[in-house]
Amino acid sequence: MRAHDILMPGPGGLYCKPGDFYIDPVRPVARALITHGHSDHARAGHGHVLATQETLDMMRLRYGETFAGSTQAIGYGESVTIGKVTASFHPAGHVLGSAQIAVTCGKTRIVASGDYKDARDPTCMPFEIVPCDIFITEATFGLPVFRHGDAAGEIDKLLRSVALFPERAHIVGAYSLGKAQRVIALLREARHDAPIYLHGAMEKITRYYESRGIDLGDLRLAKGVAKADLAGTITLAPPSSLNEVWSRRFPDPVAAFASGWMRVRARARQRGVELPLVISDHADWDGLCATIAATGAGEIWVTHGQEDALVHWCKTKGLAARPLALVGYGDEDEENALPTTDTSSA
Amino acid sequence: MNRFARLLDRLSYEPGRNNKLRLITGYFRETPDPDRGYALAALTGALSFRNAKAGLIRELIASRTDPELFALSYDYVGDLSETVALLWPADKRATNSPPPPTLTEVVATLNTLGKSELPAQLARWLDELDETGRWALLKLVTGGLRIGVSARLAKTAAAALGDKDAHDTELVWPGLAPPYLDLFAWLEGRADKPVNRDPAPFNPVMLAHAIEDSDFASLDPAAFAAEWKWDGIRIQAVSGRDENGDLVTRFYSRTGEDITGAFPDLVTAFREPAAIDGELLVLREGRVQTFNVLQQRLNRKSVTPKLIRDYPAHLRAYDLLSEGGKDLRELPLIERRKRLESFVAKLDDPRIDLSPQIAFKSWDGLAAARTDPSSAGAGDDTEAVEGVMLKRRDAPYVPGRPKGQWWKWKRDPHIIDAVLMYAQRGHGKRSSYYSDYTFGVWTKGDDGDMLVPVGKAYFGFTDEELIEIDRFVRRHTIERFGPVREVTHEPDQGLVLEVAFEGLARSTRHKSGVAMRFPRISRLRWDKPPRDADRLETLERMLKAEGEAVS
Repeated sequence: MRAHDILMPGPGGLYCKPGDFYIDPVRPVARALITHGHSDHARAGHGHVLATQETLDMMRLRYGETFAGSTQAIGYGESVTIGKVTASFHPAGHVLGSAQIAVTCGKTRIVASGDYKDARDPTCMPFEIVPCDIFITEATFGLPVFRHGDAAGEIDKLLRSVALFPERAHIVGAYSLGKAQRVIALLREARHDAPIYLHGAMEKITRYYESRGIDLGDLRLAKGVAKADLAGTITLAPPSSLNEVWSRRFPDPVAAFASGWMRVRARARQRGVELPLVISDHADWDGLCATIAATGAGEIWVTHGQEDALVHWCKTKGLAARPLALVGYGDEDEENALPTTDTSSA
Repeated sequence: MNRFARLLDRLSYEPGRNNKLRLITGYFRETPDPDRGYALAALTGALSFRNAKAGLIRELIASRTDPELFALSYDYVGDLSETVALLWPADKRATNSPPPPTLTEVVATLNTLGKSELPAQLARWLDELDETGRWALLKLVTGGLRIGVSARLAKTAAAALGDKDAHDTELVWPGLAPPYLDLFAWLEGRADKPVNRDPAPFNPVMLAHAIEDSDFASLDPAAFAAEWKWDGIRIQAVSGRDENGDLVTRFYSRTGEDITGAFPDLVTAFREPAAIDGELLVLREGRVQTFNVLQQRLNRKSVTPKLIRDYPAHLRAYDLLSEGGKDLRELPLIERRKRLESFVAKLDDPRIDLSPQIAFKSWDGLAAARTDPSSAGAGDDTEAVEGVMLKRRDAPYVPGRPKGQWWKWKRDPHIIDAVLMYAQRGHGKRSSYYSDYTFGVWTKGDDGDMLVPVGKAYFGFTDEELIEIDRFVRRHTIERFGPVREVTHEPDQGLVLEVAFEGLARSTRHKSGVAMRFPRISRLRWDKPPRDADRLETLERMLKAEGEAVS
């Protein structure tokens, strides 16, 4: 069977004909396999959803109990047979519960990696290489200008700024699901034991992380705290709130933003960010290239992001590569870096 | 270099003017001569290096990276220096390698180094510096820092070093040169005020605010004089005597650039020391030509006798800043105007005349004159009137844009509805967004109506609108040509842009045969289906109306 007969891109997402299911469908379908809980990948209204327990929980938190007709939880390394194919889930290292989905049909294995990163993250299982024939990779940071460096160095930069401006509050814009909890965990690793404050929109998902055994230390809601008491503190907030009225409750706030986009100056300036922190939950250029090589795949399909450069790079390495014209993904990532309302959930 | 790089880095993220000032003043205080002087020169745009061109930097990076990956990266980042700084392969250097260069070393080396030695030197520096250092170095050598710091702001920061205000530094500035040792010595109280020895120095110009409808309520018509706002180029014509007593005349652009060389035909009109603020125009048989005509005189490498004959330069004067070596800028406008009138009368030269004042009693009366300049005294020159200027009668001439003194009130621009056809990623602040738009209007094609491109615009929209258009472009791309995307433009599907522009001209370069002057997006018409956008015939009609007015 040709690869294209196993998985093919369509307007609804990646469709597996021999198994009659979709991976991360963007519109309601009868059977969906979901890689992770971000709202552009995990949508409500499917008949049956197969995902990790954490992803299912996150969907429930966002959409309520009735987000799907029925659900089935699957663990990392487990596989299920659906129609003529076998599907197995493997850690993607993107956020808590995120998975790559390997689809095996006969002798051919295709890995749909969803969003992934190969950098260390104390809040989720590390990314795992799954050998395959065809590797489907994201390309959010698929340009060689994106080299993300060590997140601990960026945390250090934040803590130095806090020490330098003890009279000011630091508001760190961070994506509500995953990035915020990772930043908090990294702060704790750097021995920052003081209370960390949260924007109300982050509370539910952060408490969920804690319920899964991730220790985030003393967390408090920023709401209701006296302005003067917020001097010298760190608050995590959705990126959009940096420029909103909400931020006026803080004393002379320093606007920080934790995102891979912060590598590009114009991106930080567009948002009025004063303290850019290059911390990404997506693989950087080197990570993408190293992962592609390590899978041993001879053919690479490139989805959402900067497809052109990655496809070009694959070809220079003698790999067959093509962009998959999938629509509907990466919108959240874009909006992460745009001066609009954060559409993030939870 | 590192300290300067850190300053530029901080400045590039700092939105607040006062914080910027504090950062720059702090840098001047902590940094010794002559480094700080070269930094001031860099911030005020006074440094330029003949041999360091963007092309050279492209060649350097091309030798170290895949050209395709570089092109895609540059397209995304939108800034050459930053792209190269990010892409430059990090050097695994021995711990005993030389320290990174100082700013003074960089400037001195660049000024003396031959063209052939430059690439190797730059590469060496790029290896020695960290990412921020590379970025700052490349910004410096290619000119144009673009970090949101104006020359004015940098001078203000320097002035603050000695508790002076910007005005004081502006006045001595024309006689100074990098690294400004005499300026810093004066500001730190170690020396006397530097003397401006230039016989014909530039005087920083006074600028106007755009007036809004809501502003009029608080303004008294009797306190203001009105003039036409001419569609030419604002220049300052300065004449003074050098140490031999010979008259030196220079023309400056509004930013202080010396543009005398481009207008030798106008220089001889000046016979007395003075500084005139006015509009450079092309006049034929006493009539002001459109900006399109004036443009033929600009940006030419050589000024030929034919060019001078076909496009005779003219100065229309509206202010007198000094006369016979006496500074008049502290005088109120009405006083300066009286002196200007008698000065122009005394010159009695056909190449220089007065910009007339408009008589008006009420704002409504002035609005009528602005709408119909020919009936209010502009006569044959109506087409060259861009609007009106309001100037407080009692205002001294203050460099910069002082509040409430001068106002500009433009005529309503032309407006059409056009359809978005192509979009390209922008540069600078807009990098990585699709922010350059090519739009078209309908015309009859071989099989039915078709869109023909009529112009390109890359501003006029708000940040929110930019994001909406960017999203539209990404979702409705039908074809890619390198950095350019073609978007859906069908009668029922597509995006209609309301485009405002200042004028039209015939063009052989555009397929449509017309070219717009100063086009910008004035509104997004999500409500309007593309089929209802304007037709080329509408533009043809406008063009004809304009043509009749000038010919």
